Amino acid sequence: MSTLIDNSHQTVDHSGEKATWDGAGKPFRVGYGKLMMWYFLVSDAFTFAGFLIAYGALRFSMPAWPVPDFVFRTLPFGLQEYFPGDIAPLIFVTIMSFVLIVSSVTMVRAVQEGERENKSGVVKWMLLTVLGGATFLGCQAWEWSNLIGHEHMSLTTNPFGTHLSDGYYLEDADGVAYGSTEEGQRFEAGDSYIIHKHDGEWQPRALVNEGQRPAANGAPMRESFGPKAFGALFFFITGFHGFHVFSGLVILTIIALNSASGQYAARRNGYEMVEKVGLYWHFVDLVWVFVFLVFYLL
Amino acid sequence: MAGHMTYEESKRFVFRGLGLLAAITLVEVFFSLASKGFIPGLRWMDGVSWIPYLVGALLIGFSLYKAHFIVFDFMHMRSEVQGLSLTVLMPMLLLVWAVIAFFQEGNFWGERRAVVQRFNELPAQAAPTVSPLEQGSTIEIKPADGELLDDGEGVGSYDVDQ
Repeated sequence: MSTLIDNSHQTVDHSGEKATWDGAGKPFRVGYGKLMMWYFLVSDAFTFAGFLIAYGALRFSMPAWPVPDFVFRTLPFGLQEYFPGDIAPLIFVTIMSFVLIVSSVTMVRAVQEGERENKSGVVKWMLLTVLGGATFLGCQAWEWSNLIGHEHMSLTTNPFGTHLSDGYYLEDADGVAYGSTEEGQRFEAGDSYIIHKHDGEWQPRALVNEGQRPAANGAPMRESFGPKAFGALFFFITGFHGFHVFSGLVILTIIALNSASGQYAARRNGYEMVEKVGLYWHFVDLVWVFVFLVFYLL
Repeated sequence: MAGHMTYEESKRFVFRGLGLLAAITLVEVFFSLASKGFIPGLRWMDGVSWIPYLVGALLIGFSLYKAHFIVFDFMHMRSEVQGLSLTVLMPMLLLVWAVIAFFQEGNFWGERRAVVQRFNELPAQAAPTVSPLEQGSTIEIKPADGELLDDGEGVGSYDVDQ
């Protein structure tokens, strides 16, 4: 950073130490605001780590967990039908991740232009960053509305389950009993399923697990809901991250407007304010790396 | 991004970084899909017992590399003084223990799920008029209908004196 004040002369003469303690020097040779942004990010990292570790602990405690490739396999406008088997596992969220990475790169460019005191460059690249962040939020809104409205996942109900043993279904998703053939109705341990909802009623399919006695009262066993914590953790953690993205968009917009007005150019400090909001924006991208890892990849 | 780069060099470096992060993300998605049998030709990977551990370790490694790249090159941690980077990064080491401890704990909850459920379903008992703690006696929680509750590690009963 060429614009930082060089304090090295203060330690040369005898009064240097006193001047430092009077506030002349900068701790760690960075501005106060930037240092505090780093420490805010440390505390935020611990918050996110707490959430993600809670996710891991609960996931480890469950006999089965919904397979992300099964849960997240749809695209907007039914585009998943153009993929083999009419499913597009992880495709949408890969696009979301890519959008966020691109917006991080445009932010680096804005900071670089700021170091050169290039006002129009800063504003241009910051607006592109805002565009990327808004696109990401739009994608997340679609993903949530699909899960809530179409697949009926909620904070307390998780229709995505995993079979723990081999067996076969007695009826299809509409409650129609299968014929004598067992073709197409067999499932194996580890297979994923989703419980459908018609007319406000859950429709768990009747099934028989191999090696288990049929129920004494004659009522068939039915598909059970997946781990309840899945929905709550998903909406809470991705929602908390999405809220960070939203806050970032608001701050980025304000800083971009201030830059355009010439406020930071007058400070002659290499647009340090842009650098600070850039740190926050990269952190949001950094958190997404781990949210993406634990919710979608693993 | 090191400080000695020219403007043109650092611009090129940033867009190379974009390519790097995008490529790693694509490789991660490919590995994840392959390990669950979604890639034609690699469907054998689904169901092999050691594949999830190998792929999981690779995915975690890739993600940590992405995090390192973002912090050191996009957030310019590389060009900060050492004191700043140490005060920011050293506290993250605490998370190593948090991950080990809580995942171990989660695993324990999972192993004891049946026992915990059994305890939860026990009918509430009337409180004794004299505390068994004062008597120095042993509290016994009886399993229902011959069901084996005690797994040999003293879960079913415990000695009050200890």
